[in-house]
Amino acid sequence: MSNLLIYPIIIPLLMAMVLVFIRDRIKLQQWLTVLSLLATIGFSLFTVYFVSTEQILVLELGGWSAPFGIVLVGDMLAVVLVAVASFVTLMCLLYGFQSIDTGHKKHFVYPMILILLTGVNGSFLTGDIFNLFVFFEVMLISSYVLIALGGRKIQLRESMKYVIINIIASTLFVIATAYLYAATGTLNLAHLSERIALAGQDGLLTAISFLYLTVFGLKSGLLLFFWLPGSYSAPPPPIAALFAALLTKVGVYTIIRTFTLLFYHKPEITHTVMLWMAALTMILGALGAVSHWEIKKILSYNVIISVGFILFGVAVGTEQSLSGSFYYLIHDMLSKALIFITGGAIINIFGTDKLKEFSGLILFRPLLGWLFFIGMLALAGVPPLSGFIGKVMVLKGAIAADELAVSIIGLITSLMVLYSILKIFIHSFWGETLMSEGQEYSTGKHALLPGTILVVCIVAMGLGAEWVNTYVAQATEVMVNPNLYIEAVLKQ
Amino acid sequence: METFMIILSGILFTIATYLILNKNFLRIVLGITLFSHATHMMLMAINGLKRGAAPLLGEHADAYTDPIPQALILTSIVISFALTALLLVLGYRTYIELGTDNMKKLRGESHE
Repeated sequence: MSNLLIYPIIIPLLMAMVLVFIRDRIKLQQWLTVLSLLATIGFSLFTVYFVSTEQILVLELGGWSAPFGIVLVGDMLAVVLVAVASFVTLMCLLYGFQSIDTGHKKHFVYPMILILLTGVNGSFLTGDIFNLFVFFEVMLISSYVLIALGGRKIQLRESMKYVIINIIASTLFVIATAYLYAATGTLNLAHLSERIALAGQDGLLTAISFLYLTVFGLKSGLLLFFWLPGSYSAPPPPIAALFAALLTKVGVYTIIRTFTLLFYHKPEITHTVMLWMAALTMILGALGAVSHWEIKKILSYNVIISVGFILFGVAVGTEQSLSGSFYYLIHDMLSKALIFITGGAIINIFGTDKLKEFSGLILFRPLLGWLFFIGMLALAGVPPLSGFIGKVMVLKGAIAADELAVSIIGLITSLMVLYSILKIFIHSFWGETLMSEGQEYSTGKHALLPGTILVVCIVAMGLGAEWVNTYVAQATEVMVNPNLYIEAVLKQ
Repeated sequence: METFMIILSGILFTIATYLILNKNFLRIVLGITLFSHATHMMLMAINGLKRGAAPLLGEHADAYTDPIPQALILTSIVISFALTALLLVLGYRTYIELGTDNMKKLRGESHE
């Protein structure tokens, strides 16, 4: 049964290799991509079911037992994120099939997206910190290609900065891992957790944890987000949607993993710093979102705000706020994909992303308008949509832990999220219709199917919160009690 | 020996940081290369240089050298090689398309 864990990694990887050889047959590539993604989603959903009914799955690669070889660990946190990531990739591709141009399709965009998913799923599942670095690189290298593919001036310009900043962050990751290995003598996450707990988290380990916080902060956009708005607005909309939904979330996942499993002994130092980093991230992200007048920039700043909010819950670190963070993480992957897909359709229709040149889309694109509207409400956290429950759980946990100041910042920024996206909505859907049917650059129809499916998911996640919460609670149990993870991996 | 290597990698880090903060693109690439070399040297030195016999060759030595840092370095070298190649290609295309290798001129806005 533990072999289940390898499928979400190996299926996209093998399919990507096959697709490279049939580069000119675009239709066939699309069918094979959808097929492999459906298989990945199927396997990962079955894994979620299995983990929820049986136990944490552990796969020892190559048959080497736990502290010596590399292991894949499927606890609830990892397998749920794998399922959601694969699903979101499928949705972005459903939008991309029509709206990505042929040049992209002939230059390996599908294999690259599949390899990106391989890296994302691998980062979620791995139980070894150096292997995490390798999967991070798999994910990042394909994202470098995806961001530069097409070679427009803005893409080249932004990809340079994106690549340089990420290479430096990755090198810092290796440095941090070298320190950690020198201090503890192991790389296996469960073994590390055990050793750190035994030896006590002294000053050296706390310093290493800050190095990790810097690295993952750079990757996830926690305070060190200055590269993010530029590079996320460079690639075409379907790829930007994929980036917004997946890339920063992997960074968030690694912060959750390392700071609940490894460095949880000195929360008064590490978690306090993280708390204020999260608060600053929310404030600065909100200011950016409010001040810009281009759709892509506004939405990219919204990615930053939500990263701040999720990590605010992690920094508070009580059971309730952690489960709220996890719930909000799932919600955010779905709703960011939705808002980027519908926003991308608006950009395609008008042929520009300047808000002030938009007007009156509601007359001939009513469904698109409603999808965007629901996505906006979900992001702002209006009941009964999924964002509301995540926010309530995080804020309840935070207020119970006496973090009033940051809670208020969180509430105010969610108002600013609403304002910034409402600005897009009002400018693009309300007002006088300037163009007639047929005059627009694109129909925007291909965003409707994935948009509708995502809206259904978001509403279902809000209404069926009780049901989702059984899984969230199971994931939180492992976060709060790292011994469950250690016992599953090391089998004592 | 370890101390010497650590100091050496410290010097390399200093040079790399200086180069990365440059405006010229090629210098940044050189800086990134040096940065990863310094990391690898540090990774080697920090976990102890030759402390015993080579692992896997016989079972009769008193102590064995830990092979893991070398495995890590090998993986990391391969990755940084690939990244440097990609970065150079990207930089060349950027130079062709935008006509500059000065990072200050790649700030944006004026090109849009």
